[in-house]
Amino acid sequence: MIRYVAYRLLLAVPVLFGISLVVFLLIQMIPGDVVSALLGMRTSPEAAAALRRMFGLDQPLPVQYARWAGAILRGDLGHSLRTGLPVSYLLASRLVVTAELAGLGVLLAVLFGMPLGVIAALRQNTTTDYLATSGALVGLSMPDFWLGTLLVLVFSIRLRWLPPTGYVPFSVDPLQNLKLMLMPAVTLAGGSASYIMRMTRSLLLEVLSKDYVRTARGKGLPERTVVYAHAFRNALVPILSVVGQQLGYLMGGVVIVEAIFAVPGIGRTALESIYNRDYPVVMGVVLLIALIYVVINLVVDLLAAIVDVRIREQIASPGR
Amino acid sequence: MNPETATHSTTERTLHTANEVILRPERSLTALAVSRLVKNRLAVLGLVILCALIVAATMAPLLTRYSPTAMDTSNRFQPPSLEHLMGTDQFGRDLLSRIVYAGRVSLTVGIISVGVAGLLGTIIGLTSAYYGGWWDLLVSRLMDVLFAFPPVLLAIAIMAALGQNITNVMIAIGIVNTPIFARVVRATAMGVSGRLFVEAAQALGASNRRIILKHVFPNCLPPLIVQTTVAFAWAVIAEAALSFLGLGTRPPTPSWGRILDEGRNVMEYAPWQPVFAGLAIMITVFSLNVLGDGLRDALDPESTR
Repeated sequence: MIRYVAYRLLLAVPVLFGISLVVFLLIQMIPGDVVSALLGMRTSPEAAAALRRMFGLDQPLPVQYARWAGAILRGDLGHSLRTGLPVSYLLASRLVVTAELAGLGVLLAVLFGMPLGVIAALRQNTTTDYLATSGALVGLSMPDFWLGTLLVLVFSIRLRWLPPTGYVPFSVDPLQNLKLMLMPAVTLAGGSASYIMRMTRSLLLEVLSKDYVRTARGKGLPERTVVYAHAFRNALVPILSVVGQQLGYLMGGVVIVEAIFAVPGIGRTALESIYNRDYPVVMGVVLLIALIYVVINLVVDLLAAIVDVRIREQIASPGR
Repeated sequence: MNPETATHSTTERTLHTANEVILRPERSLTALAVSRLVKNRLAVLGLVILCALIVAATMAPLLTRYSPTAMDTSNRFQPPSLEHLMGTDQFGRDLLSRIVYAGRVSLTVGIISVGVAGLLGTIIGLTSAYYGGWWDLLVSRLMDVLFAFPPVLLAIAIMAALGQNITNVMIAIGIVNTPIFARVVRATAMGVSGRLFVEAAQALGASNRRIILKHVFPNCLPPLIVQTTVAFAWAVIAEAALSFLGLGTRPPTPSWGRILDEGRNVMEYAPWQPVFAGLAIMITVFSLNVLGDGLRDALDPESTR
């Protein structure tokens, strides 16, 4: 097991290096640099050159990258061009908000997706199955930004049940916080719930057709035991990786959902910094989201290996 | 997915295929897949919707009564009526015209970005699987890096770097899709590359190019076709999302994402605007999803239907 963990951690190092390189190069591709964004057009070339020297922008690209990457390793993501605050400070305060949103999103997706998938699989080809499957199909085809818009239209504008946008920290007013987070979380969860439902259904159906399930039924075990102790337990590992995958996927969804509902998390920070051409923040936030994505996927794979011995054994002889 | 498990299942599947061919020699695999597809009512529905959307987009000037950009301030925020089937927006522009013309943008972006990404990804996937070595190592690590970004975020970051116009939207969506195609093709091609008929072709002195094109590539087609529908659906959503966030096509070019975003600001007076714009996106994505599901079942040699 330790060997497997070490192997996976080692594999993540070149990926993280590559991510930092991609983020760095993307920012280099933007026409104009930090200085022209900061000073605008009406500035003397001397002043601009002095600022470039100050930021180290007169150095060759590899040197700039090395400096930037070195600073990141020390936890220094630079300062926002807008507010002058450290980027790490800004991101830390906003990550809490996104963590709550993503957590609620996954919770809702699992609470709806998994049971519906199990029910649909156990009642395959009945009306219940068709309803759940069609619902999931619609959910998968519905873009999150439309779902969010419709929720606001119905629950805020028509029914006036929920405020359309805004954010209150949980510690200040828990009830208001949950009220404000409900629509964003549902929007975030919609697609994932549909996907989890479909995957749960098909994975469970696959296991239910296996020989050992037939054996279990054949030796007269009650259907409950067959389904939950034999079938569902074996389908659970792949289902959990699907859930983990969705948690990672939600990190992309937060950008859109936070924009719709004005939730001050890292997704909204990403967009704001892009609109404001606040490059240190753009780099920091894209890097952070990619890092979270990598860590989530790593944790999911490790959890799967803990539950399923076969995955660990496979890695003992990694092949090519 | 682990390349090893992928290899295994592909081998198994192809064996099944071989049996099937022997059992039913009168029907080619393509004919079998087509006959399976047309029996799937939902997939046929998807195909019909998709064709209708393409026809509507190509014949947009013939199908619409108004220009998508003509403003008529005396007719602002008109609810749907016989004059304006989907109503009008804040500038009195006919929404039906705008949505039909925006379909052109969405489908063009989808076809070009997915076409280029599919071509590039296939070439990368085939060559890395067949030749292996440093090229495969480089490709695999590069794919790992690109997969480390949530797809939407990567597209947003690329748009921020390249600037806002329709070509860049296609580039951004293409860059996100390319490694996905490469991975799908590589996984299948890895399974095929080690098989006997490839070794036989090599022994007979066939060129690498010929082996890849004639022996490896055809075996990669089924997953490639399915992936194309998935990528297309994502491209439509991504284009709309970028425009929705103000990072996609520039005004006054109509785009489903921007019509939806504009509609969001006026939905207290004109709720039909965001509803119709979103409906257009959803119907397109739905048709691609059900078509993709149908193709996946039809092309799966393990299915016996």
